[in-house]
Amino acid sequence: MLTTFLQNVFNALQWGSFYSMIALGYCLVYGVLRLINFAHGDIFMTACYIAFFIATALLGAFSGGGVFVFALTLLLTMGATALVGITIERIAYRPLRMKGVNRLYVVITALMVGFILENGNLAFLGASARRFPDVIEKHIWQFGPVVLTNLKVLVILAAFAVFGLLQFIVQKTVLGMSMRAISYDKFAIPLMGIPVNRVITFTFALGSGLAAVAGILFGMSYPVLDPYMGMIIGWKAFIAAVVGGIGDIKGAFIGGFILGFIEIFITAVFPSSFKDLISFVILLIILVLKPTGFFGVARSTKI
Amino acid sequence: MRRKGFLGALLIALAATALFIGCSKKEQTIKIGFNIPLTGDNPMVGEGSKNAGDIVLKALKAQGGLTVKGQKYPVEFIYVDNELKAESAVQAALRLIEQDKVLAVVGPQGSGRAIPAGQVNNDNRTPMISAWSTNPDTTLNRPYVFRACFLDPFQAPVAAKFAKEQFNVTKTAILYNLEDDYSKTLAELYRDSWQAANGPGSVVVFDSFGQRDQDFSAQLTRIVNSGAEMLYLPVYYNFVALIVPQAKDLGWNKPIMGADAWGSADLVPLSKGSVAGYYFTTHYAAAGAVGKTKEFIDEYNASYGYIPDDVAALTYDAVNIVLQAIQNAGLSGDLQKDRNAIKDAMAALRNYDGITGKMNFNVQGDPEKDAVVVRISEAGEFVYVTSLQP
Amino acid sequence: MALSPDIKTKQKTQLQIILAIVIGMAVVVFLAAIGVLNQYIQTVIMSIGINIIFASSLNIVNGYMGEFSCGHGGFMAVGAYVSSVLSLLLFTENKFIGHPLLPPQTALFLFPVVIIIGGFAAALAGLLVAIPSFKTRDDYLAIITIAANYIIMTAINNIPAVGASRGLMGMKGTVFAMSDLIPLPWMLIWIMVFVVVCVVAIKRLMGSVLGKGISAIRYDEISAEIMSVNTNQMKLLAFMFSSGLAGVAGGLFAHMLGFVNPSSFNIMKSTEGMVMVYLGGMGSLSGSVLSAVLFTFLLELLRPLQILKWVFIPLLLILLMQFRPEGLMGNRELPEVWAKLKLSFRGGKGNGISSGN
Repeated sequence: MLTTFLQNVFNALQWGSFYSMIALGYCLVYGVLRLINFAHGDIFMTACYIAFFIATALLGAFSGGGVFVFALTLLLTMGATALVGITIERIAYRPLRMKGVNRLYVVITALMVGFILENGNLAFLGASARRFPDVIEKHIWQFGPVVLTNLKVLVILAAFAVFGLLQFIVQKTVLGMSMRAISYDKFAIPLMGIPVNRVITFTFALGSGLAAVAGILFGMSYPVLDPYMGMIIGWKAFIAAVVGGIGDIKGAFIGGFILGFIEIFITAVFPSSFKDLISFVILLIILVLKPTGFFGVARSTKI
Repeated sequence: MRRKGFLGALLIALAATALFIGCSKKEQTIKIGFNIPLTGDNPMVGEGSKNAGDIVLKALKAQGGLTVKGQKYPVEFIYVDNELKAESAVQAALRLIEQDKVLAVVGPQGSGRAIPAGQVNNDNRTPMISAWSTNPDTTLNRPYVFRACFLDPFQAPVAAKFAKEQFNVTKTAILYNLEDDYSKTLAELYRDSWQAANGPGSVVVFDSFGQRDQDFSAQLTRIVNSGAEMLYLPVYYNFVALIVPQAKDLGWNKPIMGADAWGSADLVPLSKGSVAGYYFTTHYAAAGAVGKTKEFIDEYNASYGYIPDDVAALTYDAVNIVLQAIQNAGLSGDLQKDRNAIKDAMAALRNYDGITGKMNFNVQGDPEKDAVVVRISEAGEFVYVTSLQP
Repeated sequence: MALSPDIKTKQKTQLQIILAIVIGMAVVVFLAAIGVLNQYIQTVIMSIGINIIFASSLNIVNGYMGEFSCGHGGFMAVGAYVSSVLSLLLFTENKFIGHPLLPPQTALFLFPVVIIIGGFAAALAGLLVAIPSFKTRDDYLAIITIAANYIIMTAINNIPAVGASRGLMGMKGTVFAMSDLIPLPWMLIWIMVFVVVCVVAIKRLMGSVLGKGISAIRYDEISAEIMSVNTNQMKLLAFMFSSGLAGVAGGLFAHMLGFVNPSSFNIMKSTEGMVMVYLGGMGSLSGSVLSAVLFTFLLELLRPLQILKWVFIPLLLILLMQFRPEGLMGNRELPEVWAKLKLSFRGGKGNGISSGN
């Protein structure tokens, strides 16, 4: 019993890490723009594919893999995905923002961008699912009754590292401060001489870079890539972000782990066919009791 | 206002082109419709079906058409996407029947689409043959609906019997896809026949997951710690490629038995050989095939660069059954009369020698054929082990 | 007294509209009955009708009330399953109790009742969203609606009696029972009738005091509260009405196909509904109707494009959003736009009516 419990704690930590990393990306964009970037799950999927191609090429060039190839893949993928994010923002979102339309129309545009990424991928890369190459060699470690892999540990550490880095950027750097400033008041901030568009571009680059980190680690852990892989995990990560309190980095991070733990432990205790049913009922109850999530701040409503 | 006009014009132009693409009319051609999933969750199924269709079509083109009672007719295949959705499959079936006026329909392949589309085909008296739907309901009480594969109530018991003898175990775990009727049906049938053979309590874990799940660690942790001596995994190959490595990471080292949805060319590359040594029941074994089967495999491999999977092979058989039935029935030019004649000819086919085995259709339109058990070799080939009779 | 001619012309135009609709429906039914419209075209028309009900019911919440509901498909599922089970029990040989409870001929009169009961069941499911909405707004509410969709779908997946993931079938029996009695395309007729009833009901509701209360929430919930609008009551009404109509759409959908399974009502279905609402314009009933027609038509027309269809349609929508970010109709209605168009055409000729500027 204890064995199963301990093993499931690690299972949940790994699964929650992915929710957290994706939720952080949602949260960044949402925090600055009040925009639910529904394309984020598909940017994550795109990152997986980019990482797939880069890693395959690098493994061809430097046979064997290892830490060097992993680091290089990570950097290149982050750069490329950030470019994708910036392009989407420039082409699809910015013109709408400039016109000052209802934000729900921007959300629909985001959904459409997601469709294009998914189905464009299917149309151009073909129907065959792909297998992510083994960038680093997998080791299985047995700690008493608990079985871990080096990958599992790497994923969990990465999630915490990403969170720490993000927290630093947002709290301590000038860009981060500008991001927070825009989220407080987007009308007064341009008057202060802050280049709003540049900050927003940076936000998208950062958010997509995060999706890239999640994407490459996801590809290594669950190595079957298909064009629709980002959709549901994206929706669920968004839910996690909201439960944590969207707009707050700490909230999104913890929300991801909450959802991960709920899902894994429900599957472990109840028949797993009830997983979605029970986990969503729990989320519903959380939201009814704490309507702004765990760390969300109720926005003052003007009268 | 001008912009609106421009957009309107654009829309109309688009609609017009689409209509134009949609309605190409020719006289005196044999039209066969394909109701297959080219988009959606499992586009490989559609791709395999389409490729198999194209191979048949290429051969027919080389001969200058299909010879029916001494006269050559050009043949046209119409591929319609059903997006792997039930409602879309119904629309696609109606489109093929009413709009394209096909003689017969091949597909839909999965039972979730084949059951409602079969209803439509039967109501509209158009013969339909599903290559891959293993659920009994697809053809039940529908004289116009046929299939080219064996049924779940046959597959699951023979798999249970084989596994019991091969691995010499009594306790099994079963993991299936809750949202996939194919997987669920097989899992329940396997559970029932396993319990009948090994007594109550011999199925130690009967667990499921959802269509878009990627992490199975909680279910697998339960299975690993349950004392199960084998795992029955009646799920699609893409899930196999995720589940098997995760199971191994959690310390699973016992046998795994699969079902016919494992039989994809993608299984071994996707799971990177982690499935080596496992067994599954299927419709045909590609490795070591001879004669017609080998010819088809070689041609497919040459054209598309991979070994055809079950659904491609079965679609190839399904199309050829339709063509054979047309040749037997002859053409009168009257659409409904021809459709009825084709249906009768299909039901009357005896010992049809397909690449997936010999077939006779029974009263319900289901073929009586053997199941094959294959073992996945270390080299990643599906090696023939044995044939199982009903 | 000076107003009376105006009212008279208004009544006259209303009468004309009603007459036009009835004649239009009769023509369609006639064409279908004599076989000019084949089954395929009939199904396209029926899908359009179902999408009209689905989109315009979602518009109550997402458009008029300005909330963001992403789980409308779930309510459609409730309506579809409840009315299917009822229709199986009442009119056809079924696996539940075997014999039909009523003589199948009664389907002719009781079919709409069955559909409406499905709608009521869906309205009850709407409480799942309505009650949390008292305290929660915006994106938090969006999550609750997604959660509701998942909960409903998983619940159905766990009820073996209605087939779980295998789906439920046999509803065609009810339709056959109707056409055995009088050979007419009954599904087509009922769907058209329900479309008209639903659209008129939404129009009347939104024109009433209650409807104004719902719209007030969209503009400013707090001010609405201060102006003595009972916002909780309005939300309850809006969510239940909206999900009830979605249930009606679901029941019709189930009987049209003769088969339902839970995956027909997943997040994708809800997304399609949202696309139709925002494509048409928030809070514009005629916008929803128009975009439902356009969207369904486009989906069917572009089928030959296969995979590219789902690249092409989103691209088209993104382009549309860039040029007309408020949707096809904005928040105006067709009569207003029509009047404006008329004016702008006549304006040049100068027939006495000032174009107003």
